[in-house]
Amino acid sequence: MVEETVIQPVQAIEKDHGSRLLYQMILIRRFEEKSAELYTKEKIRGFLHLYVGEEAVAVGVMQALSAEDNVLCTYREHGHALARGIDAGAIMAEMYGKVEGCSRGRGGSMHLFDAKKNFYGGNAIVGGHLGMAVGMALASKKQKKNNITCCFFGEGAAAEGEFHEAMNLAALWNAPVLFICENNLYAMGTAIRYSHSVVEIEKKGPAYGIETMAVDGMDILAVEKAAKEATGKIRTTGRPFLLVCNTYRFRAHSMFDAELYRNKSEVEEWKKRDPIPVLQQLLLHQNLINQNDIEVINKEVQEEVQKAVDFAETGTWEPVEELTKFVYSEKISEK
Amino acid sequence: MILTNWPGNNKTALCITLAVFKKMTDNNTIKLTYREAIKQAIREALQKDDRVFLMGEDVGRYGGAFAATKGLLQEFGPERIMDTPLSESGFVGAGIGAALGGMRPIVEVMTVNFSLLAMDQVVNNAATLLHMSGGQLNVPLVIRMSCGIGRQLAAQHSHSWEPLYAHIAGLKVLSAGTHEDARGMLLTALQDPDPVIIFEYNFLLNKEAEIPANAGAVNITKAKIRREGKDISIITYGAGVYKALDAAKELSILGIDAEVIDLRVLRPLDAATIFNSVKKTHRALLVEEAWSSVNVSSEISARITENIFYDLDAPVQRLGGVEVPVPYPKHLEDASVPQQTDIINKVKKMLQHA
Ligand SMILES: Cc1ncc(C[n+]2csc(CCOP(=O)(O)OP(=O)(O)O)c2C)c(N)n1
Repeated sequence: MVEETVIQPVQAIEKDHGSRLLYQMILIRRFEEKSAELYTKEKIRGFLHLYVGEEAVAVGVMQALSAEDNVLCTYREHGHALARGIDAGAIMAEMYGKVEGCSRGRGGSMHLFDAKKNFYGGNAIVGGHLGMAVGMALASKKQKKNNITCCFFGEGAAAEGEFHEAMNLAALWNAPVLFICENNLYAMGTAIRYSHSVVEIEKKGPAYGIETMAVDGMDILAVEKAAKEATGKIRTTGRPFLLVCNTYRFRAHSMFDAELYRNKSEVEEWKKRDPIPVLQQLLLHQNLINQNDIEVINKEVQEEVQKAVDFAETGTWEPVEELTKFVYSEKISEK
Repeated sequence: MILTNWPGNNKTALCITLAVFKKMTDNNTIKLTYREAIKQAIREALQKDDRVFLMGEDVGRYGGAFAATKGLLQEFGPERIMDTPLSESGFVGAGIGAALGGMRPIVEVMTVNFSLLAMDQVVNNAATLLHMSGGQLNVPLVIRMSCGIGRQLAAQHSHSWEPLYAHIAGLKVLSAGTHEDARGMLLTALQDPDPVIIFEYNFLLNKEAEIPANAGAVNITKAKIRREGKDISIITYGAGVYKALDAAKELSILGIDAEVIDLRVLRPLDAATIFNSVKKTHRALLVEEAWSSVNVSSEISARITENIFYDLDAPVQRLGGVEVPVPYPKHLEDASVPQQTDIINKVKKMLQHA
């Protein structure tokens, strides 16, 4: 359990807002626990990467984004999709491979998309979406739109050439990109000290002339505050920003991982900083919520997750005849 | 039926594997998984030659993304089992450099999907340096990568890129579709002065087979007839081998005697084995998972028509992947690559054609 010492909030928090953050983090946690269970029942297949332990990052950062902003994520993106407001049922149906899924079942867990929500995946080639993020920001700039593009990636991705090329391009072109490095210390089984000559990822920003900040990714209020500062700067200067969120993955990399590369005790230590009980304690301590509120949240979350599963269960399979749909666009403008 | 499903467990394929190897082996055999065969090959290579070292993502502390290198870090130490960061272009380039510098690197690219990030290094450096330098420089590099479609990994993780590599002059491209090849191809490849790509197949990892206790280096220039037959030649590689063998077994019940050829070497192709077989059976069905347009089968079909057209009793036919990024749901994924029943139906049709 969490130690009694309650963290000092980095900013004043309102009751409703606090409850909402708590609700979203618990929703992600329960949704993913359910997903893991459904994986063992073979309802969900393929790769399944859980975000358990890292929820404060996605939920915190999303608070700083508007509906017009673009979001690009990795294959570990259930949390981001939920925090972005994509319907839990549409996400679950996607993981079932049903037509009602947010990517029509074609993508599965690693490829959640929702164009209406400006949510551009679900990208499963590490580092592959960083360049795209720069391009989306460039498009906004060229069209004098005021939105920014937020791109989530792991510290492992920061070793790819793509990361360095994207940072340079974004800075060179003054592209309004918010780079969010989710540093959970491991890229699969490779600890950060084996993949980076300089382990402080935030030191890589200044080399490209990009303003940078590192934040405790287990503290949702700190993440939210840092993200708001970052987006504020991007919106006024038009320049990119790198925010490093230091966090930890409580569970295996994916469903096939014997976790030979880290000690159980290390995981247990980090679990003491679980962002959900931490926020819960804080809200209780400040008398912003009471035990009854927490029970209500848990009950509502449970209902939402169950509803999502029911929706996925009753979804439909795409007919095999439609296999080759979406290879090319159906409507081609005649010029 | 799909053989590449995860977790792989197909009894028929296993029985055939066993049968195939029973026939070839004397009484002194060992039983091992495909995964173990890969590991034994790497271990033997490391023991035999100090210049050999293995590098790739998660090959050490994680034990290999598919546990094929588990324990090797403990046995050989971090100088010879090197975990690399996620930097495919960088470490494939470093492998080429190390080969130029006198080492014998084995570079593991976790899966073929990620090798695209290193494609420039492979095409513009590894495959080209010998020629560009007027014969002065050799690149004795081996790149291993796992591949295969059929685990519901969706469009970015389900590529069959063998044809892409088979297209590149200057490379030798091998497909280890059996335990014997997983055990032996690496050792021969490491003796080669030129860059060799070895494709390994994930769906085989857990399968057991018997191979000779003294199994080791194998020929890497020839295709192999995995089943002899007289009515039709089914020519395939990788994931297609077991599907074709299973199909041939079913066809034999119908009185159709199919020959199955495992190409093994996708570049340079062993045309002689293919031609001899087709001259005998007079019919050829080419099977692979890669998208049909411009794949390995396209090349074989062209060579057959160019060289032994008048030996054919029916047009050459191909079964390849449907030209769609592989979708996630199982029923659509299954429909996107040739299955055993597709092979059977196609063969039946081709024989009616005569
Ligand atoms: C280019 C590429 N190389 C390798 C992989 C296999 N892979 C998937 S996730 C992963 C680790 C990535 O670590 P990190 O970027 O830190 O993100 P995390 O998974 O920790 O969230 C690896 C090696 C891949 N998907 N893409």
